[in-house]
Amino acid sequence: MFPFIFEWVWDIGHMLFFGGFWYAIGILGAGMTYCIAKAAYDTVKESQDSRH
Amino acid sequence: MDAALIPEGAKRCSFPKFMLGIAIVGAVLLWGVYAMLLCWFKGLNQTNMNDYYGFALWIWADLAVIAVGGGAFFTGLLKYIFKIDELKNIINFAVIIGFICYSSALLILAIDIGQPLRGWFIFWHANVHSMLTEVAFCLSCYFAVLTIEFIPNILENRQLNKVPFFHHLAHNMHGTMAIFAATGAFLSFFHQGSLGGVAGVLYGRPFAVREGLLIWPWTFFLFTWSAAAFGPCFTLLVTRITEAVTGKKLVKDNVIHLLAKISGWMIFTYIIAKIIDTIYWANVTVPGLGYELSHFYTGNSLYGYWILVTEIIICGVIPGLLLINKSTRENPNLRLLAIILGVIGVCLNRWVMVLQVMAVPVMSFDTWALYIPSWQEVATTILPVAYGIILIAVTYRYLPVFPQELELNQSKAQES
Repeated sequence: MFPFIFEWVWDIGHMLFFGGFWYAIGILGAGMTYCIAKAAYDTVKESQDSRH
Repeated sequence: MDAALIPEGAKRCSFPKFMLGIAIVGAVLLWGVYAMLLCWFKGLNQTNMNDYYGFALWIWADLAVIAVGGGAFFTGLLKYIFKIDELKNIINFAVIIGFICYSSALLILAIDIGQPLRGWFIFWHANVHSMLTEVAFCLSCYFAVLTIEFIPNILENRQLNKVPFFHHLAHNMHGTMAIFAATGAFLSFFHQGSLGGVAGVLYGRPFAVREGLLIWPWTFFLFTWSAAAFGPCFTLLVTRITEAVTGKKLVKDNVIHLLAKISGWMIFTYIIAKIIDTIYWANVTVPGLGYELSHFYTGNSLYGYWILVTEIIICGVIPGLLLINKSTRENPNLRLLAIILGVIGVCLNRWVMVLQVMAVPVMSFDTWALYIPSWQEVATTILPVAYGIILIAVTYRYLPVFPQELELNQSKAQES
């Protein structure tokens, strides 16, 4: 799973499998981070606007 | 009692009646959980698997729920990537069905590995030469996608949506859903395909082995195609069952007709490919391996030619033709017949490609392995069905799953 695990080899099999795996995890993680951060920003902005 | 949680304007049964229904299905669920715990604590000796026959009944259930759960990725692909906007009226339910199917598939795998505490080994110590490793990766990631697609619907619950952060989060997730749907389609293509690929590369099993393209046997493409074709049939079937149970129309006919039409064309094209594959396998692959076709369909009491005819003609060609023809597609009874046949067909295909593969004798001294599952296998196979019914009941009661429900039932509500 990670290059520091003893059986890791820098071959095409590991690069393709884990390249695809981390690519998918990366997209999902980045997408959710964006949504949560934007929701927090929108919430704060809305509460500030309602105070003014 | 729980009126504050029910979507505004929606009519639901009384809370005691709802809880009674949940309790009845919950008893079946508990039976399955008991069998599951037996498998975990006492081991896989609770099943009738042995060294000769290593696939329990639940492996068929696993492949079948993944196939019928394909409606979620395919409907998502059509809605978010191909921009077929009418499908917004059924996409929530398709996602819930997909969520149930994939969580069930992961649960079944957790039972099947015997030692669930070592489940993480498949990631940590991955065998990168195994198609099943790819399946495990894609299944887990796609389940994460389905969870992400399900969250906005949960956050639209009447009370949760009052919380400003949840309201904005649901809104933002809807806005970025195309990215998640595209990732889901990519992951589904590979795990559906690799499940078929596993059968196709079994060189020691002439019933399953297929030629193919580069490293992918034809079964790789047929499995993906069949999931995309028959998955929407299952979505339509569960929608119809939900309408029958609730006594309400939940989705407009034009949406149902559209999804049925797309499904019909997918089934029709899939079944042509399947017929070509079967003819080539029977006339070229099988003789080339020193067998005759009759070897796979005679000499036992269960697997005859009937299973081939049922899978391809009765549950493949017929539903395909019924759904691509406008007059039969728009006839509710014939459409229901077609989608039931379609769902049976894909489940039968997975049965054949998993259980019949293991049953066929390979060596000259072998005999047919006609497997009888133990009650624990039956209970753990029924477990996901009970879980699915409960989750659909809870989500239907508390979440705005069907956007057209109020409009379609307004006159009935006014009368009452």
